[in-house]
Amino acid sequence: MTETRKQGGPERARHPGAGGRRPLGGAWARVPAPVRRLLPLALALAVAVAYPYFVGDLRGFGVLGDFFPQLGSVVIILVFTMMAVGLNIVVGYSGLLDLGYVAFYAAGAYTAGWFASSHFQQVTVHLGSAGLSPDTAGIHFSFWLVLLLAGVITAAAGIIIGLPTLRLRGDYLAIVTLGFGEIIPQFVRNGDTLKGFNLTNGTFGINPIDSPGFGETLNDAVGLPVSFQQSFERERLFYWTILALILLTVFCSVRLRDSRLGRAWIAIREDETAAAAMGVPLMRTKTWAYAIGAFFGGIAGAFYASFKSGAFPSDFYFNISVFLLCMVIFGGMGSVWGVLAGGIVLGWLNVEGLAVIGRKFNDAAGTNIEVAKYQFGIYGVIIVLMMLFRPTGLIPEQRRKRELEEGVHDESLYGVSH
Amino acid sequence: MATQTGQEPRSSIAALLRRPRPRVVSLIGLGFVALLGVWLVVNLIKEPRDFFTVFLIGLTTGSVYALVALGYTLVYGILQLINFAHGDVFALTGLFASTLILSTFNLTEATAALGIVGGLVVTALAAMAFGALVNVTIERIAYRRLRRAPRLTVLITAIGMSFIVQNIALAIYDVNYRAVPRLIPRSDVFEIGGVHYQWNKLFVLLLTIPVLIALTWLVTSTRQGKAMRATSQDPDAAAMVGIDVDRTISFAFALAGALAGAGALLFLLQFNMRYDTGFELGLIAFTAAVLGGIGNLTGAVLGAVIIGLIQAFNEGLSWATPGSDWTRAIVFGVLIAILVFRPEGLLGERTPEGQ
Repeated sequence: MTETRKQGGPERARHPGAGGRRPLGGAWARVPAPVRRLLPLALALAVAVAYPYFVGDLRGFGVLGDFFPQLGSVVIILVFTMMAVGLNIVVGYSGLLDLGYVAFYAAGAYTAGWFASSHFQQVTVHLGSAGLSPDTAGIHFSFWLVLLLAGVITAAAGIIIGLPTLRLRGDYLAIVTLGFGEIIPQFVRNGDTLKGFNLTNGTFGINPIDSPGFGETLNDAVGLPVSFQQSFERERLFYWTILALILLTVFCSVRLRDSRLGRAWIAIREDETAAAAMGVPLMRTKTWAYAIGAFFGGIAGAFYASFKSGAFPSDFYFNISVFLLCMVIFGGMGSVWGVLAGGIVLGWLNVEGLAVIGRKFNDAAGTNIEVAKYQFGIYGVIIVLMMLFRPTGLIPEQRRKRELEEGVHDESLYGVSH
Repeated sequence: MATQTGQEPRSSIAALLRRPRPRVVSLIGLGFVALLGVWLVVNLIKEPRDFFTVFLIGLTTGSVYALVALGYTLVYGILQLINFAHGDVFALTGLFASTLILSTFNLTEATAALGIVGGLVVTALAAMAFGALVNVTIERIAYRRLRRAPRLTVLITAIGMSFIVQNIALAIYDVNYRAVPRLIPRSDVFEIGGVHYQWNKLFVLLLTIPVLIALTWLVTSTRQGKAMRATSQDPDAAAMVGIDVDRTISFAFALAGALAGAGALLFLLQFNMRYDTGFELGLIAFTAAVLGGIGNLTGAVLGAVIIGLIQAFNEGLSWATPGSDWTRAIVFGVLIAILVFRPEGLLGERTPEGQ
């Protein structure tokens, strides 16, 4: 196992733009390997960082302009992509089908609600809060601290959910996670009268939630913005923040995959019984997958809550879990770059794309179909088509591809090995 | 206990740390059941009339759930697949039945009794046929190609099919709830000590029980039923002795669809329906199937009645009851508790999934 992993090492650098460029073949091959690997990534990153400066021009670009998302939409797309990359650790690496990932999103959002808003009027606690007067009631932690806190609390929630349920295999686990994904929103919705204590503010949700920011001191010293929400460049600041967060997530994902833990996850995915026989501690390894997947979901949830300036129970429903799963499947289970691509494409479809395409279609055909209304039907079609014709996804992970092609799996539909 | 300590020659504390699960877990599980029992008894003593009224409501809802739960269990028994689309087939079939009742037959409360009975019988048969057709089509389009694929692939496909069926219902019937007139009178069949039992509740049982009997007969006493049981035990061996496995699986899907059709009609006669009704109801019915022991027909009915009762008790009793706000959380709590404490369900056998 370790052997193949080492040999497979260079393959992991395959990402969009890096592979299969025959015309440039000769010159490209002479470029040193690290540059060859990192250059496309660096270019993509440079374009991404500069996006806010030319999005206005792009959107004015005739008929095609509408297909470029607005900056505010990109933030939302990236939030969901980040969750998908987190979910990929659970589903793609470890092969644990999680249908309740939305629960982690909710946990993150409500952590932000509890630690960075005026929800708990009873106390006044400030810890590095940005852009607020120090006598504002409620708990106000620095947003950066809240992000970390959300990650940790959500990871703890993941462990608590995982411990009793991870013993189950395959579809039973899927159902239990689905159950949790349904219970937590209901808990949140009804959590305003827990023995007279208002924990979640019920259907109204918690708002406003504090904005990220660097406070007066840093603003005076190096000119960092005091508070994102009050800034004129609000969307740009949020955009760069989520870009940084998603980079962190991708970096951690890639590094984790090649770590001892990551190899253990993949071993479990391929054959749980064999992995256990080789000495991989099943429960601990699975719980780590759950906790780390939850960690990123929690951070993304907290960030999104701050961006929207609120956490509302109506945001957390089963369809979100399926939507995130759809991103992972579409991109390629287990492939970080695939999930990144799948997340951006589907996220764009969700936030703007379907509406734009529907509008263009209706204009052209003279019909009046609300395409966005059928978005989940469209995702359903994507899921089924991908599963039937390209189960490895848009950008397949090499290993996963081999598994599916050679049929390395312990549980076929009939439970018969061939 | 003796065998356990025998297997672990290390110190008793280490042995305890190593294998605390079976005993502790079953004790916690029994504790839950005991608490539930106490809660029921206290409620019975405090408000006996409410208790029995609610009991009859739960029995009725439970019967409807049973028809849907059987569909899950039939398919799971033969393919080991949680057919997520089943709940949405249920909803689509129910909406189809509403079209028949409202537009085709134009049934209202004023229609003559014979007309209502005739119309409902035809609607029931048509809904069952329609449900069977939709279910078989889904199997043919999606699941059949994935016979040798990993189980998770099929499960994910089922989720996709669920959304597709739901959106078909959305496209045809839009987002509005649909209701049919009260075709079955809600007058009392009997009344004992303030506990009423209405005709519409009896009607549910009158339809469910024959369907269940017919299903039992079909599975236990016919050639096709025998083929189904053989396929669910070992598809390869079944194919070897000349059973057409694909046809048998289609038959199971058809049966499941027909049961969903019958359930949908019963549901429609009591409640409103729209395109997404099936999702939650499907989850509840699936919980019932797991509770009873998935793959076990009697278990599915038992589980469904228990879930129906839990729901009704939670919504109708007064002492220390969380109330309808929490119904969904409670049903899924039961599901999780069952999977953790007794994954094989009440009547099922242990499977590798739930070790």
